[in-house]
Amino acid sequence: MYSAKVMEHFQNPRNVGEIEDADGVGEIGNPVCGDIMKLYIKVKDNRIVDAKFKTFGCGAAIATSSMVTELVKGKTLREAEKISRNTVAEALDGLPPIKMHCSNLAADALRKAIEDYKKKRN
Amino acid sequence: MKKIYLDHNATTPLHPEVLEAMLPYFKEKFGNASSIYGFGRDAKVALEDAREKTAEIIGASSSEIFFTSGGTESDNLAIKGTAFANRKKGKHIITSKIEHHAILESCKFLEKEGFEVTYLPVDSQGKVDPEDLRKAIRDDTTLVSIMYANNEVGIIQPIEKLCKIAREKGVYFHTDAVQAVGKIPIEVQKLDVDMLSMSGHKIYGPKGVGAIFIRKGLRITPWSHGGHHERSRRAGTENIAGIVGFTKALELVDKEREDQNKHLKNLTQAFYRKLVESIPDVILHGDLNRRIPNTLNLSFKGVEGESVILSLDMKGVAVASGSACTSGTLEPSHVLSAMGVAPEIAQGAIRFSFGRDNTMEDVEYVASVLPEIVQRLRSMSPIYAKKEQN
Repeated sequence: MYSAKVMEHFQNPRNVGEIEDADGVGEIGNPVCGDIMKLYIKVKDNRIVDAKFKTFGCGAAIATSSMVTELVKGKTLREAEKISRNTVAEALDGLPPIKMHCSNLAADALRKAIEDYKKKRN
Repeated sequence: MKKIYLDHNATTPLHPEVLEAMLPYFKEKFGNASSIYGFGRDAKVALEDAREKTAEIIGASSSEIFFTSGGTESDNLAIKGTAFANRKKGKHIITSKIEHHAILESCKFLEKEGFEVTYLPVDSQGKVDPEDLRKAIRDDTTLVSIMYANNEVGIIQPIEKLCKIAREKGVYFHTDAVQAVGKIPIEVQKLDVDMLSMSGHKIYGPKGVGAIFIRKGLRITPWSHGGHHERSRRAGTENIAGIVGFTKALELVDKEREDQNKHLKNLTQAFYRKLVESIPDVILHGDLNRRIPNTLNLSFKGVEGESVILSLDMKGVAVASGSACTSGTLEPSHVLSAMGVAPEIAQGAIRFSFGRDNTMEDVEYVASVLPEIVQRLRSMSPIYAKKEQN
């Protein structure tokens, strides 16, 4: 049911962990639907220089978390804001339909982390 | 790679002797049991022989056994058939919150048709309190349906006690015994149930066949209309090969029950002990002593179920989960929720259901690969705090 790429990211997720002095943190999900994700970003000169995540969730939740940290590194905040659920799913060669809704939270977590960064700066 | 199947509550492999018994009915004995010539008579003899054997094993008379396409159909017939046949007496039905979806969805259908359904709660160990049943029965109650053994956690209900209460109040009692057959001796007279559902593929028989015991004299509306098959309770040409296979499977699990129960209890207990020793924060769902011996339902705190299934699958191990992700819904297991298990723990529940072909070697292998899987997933989990990790 999962693409090879999803399974690869599930088995070898990139950028697992926390950033102690993160510039922005985005948390999303709830235990009832089964996925909780926490995304940390480090920002320098309007560019995301590091990203890490911690995720409680299914294979898709872990793979999308991993993928979003990969996609976002090195991008400017404006570029990063354009990353959508679809961008993440496409980068993983697609997700099963039901997972598009319930376990594709990584892009939302990213947006929250960027909001958090902006709030902290102001 | 090793392949270890630990999902026997989902389905079981066909017993070789069952396949042997079925084969002639796919080949030379292919007749329709309703035909009066030789081919038909052979099929009819096999059908009635199967009915008698099934009846004998559960202590019924052969006219009380009806073959169906499986547990789901048996449950549908019991719930909807009894509700409709007795709707002049009343339109209230009682069941529990932890039933199989075949029961719950049949009840929901009836609610749409103007019936009222009471869903009895269970305690933290998954047990229905007989006193709750007593209080729930009303003058217009016609049917009580409580499962014998639960498919997710394996908890056994006090069916005799529950049934006695229903009997005192003159209410029909049905039990879904799909997971109990082969593990608990089924004696319909001793239990005093009015209806009892069984399935073939949970007992090393074929898929697509099951049976229901319906006590003589019980009013039930058929749900499938057509020819006069199964004493007009269930129209449709009988699946002779399947029925022969079902009966053979039932005979075998009944004969081997005590040895198998011992074997399965050994495996699950050793497995549980090993896991508790090697993994911190293992949560067992349901009473360890009031369960069918092959089933263990466990959560590993801070870890979601599907990710454990996928990880075990990569090691060649097949298990099931109570997580929303694997059920196609967004809610965690209704059984664990009814037992009061917190959502994030229910989302992590893994069901290990052992079977006759599993060995202590399997137990050792799975117990040896699990700690690393849990550790890896916990290291990624935002809800398993660092201080909790070793």
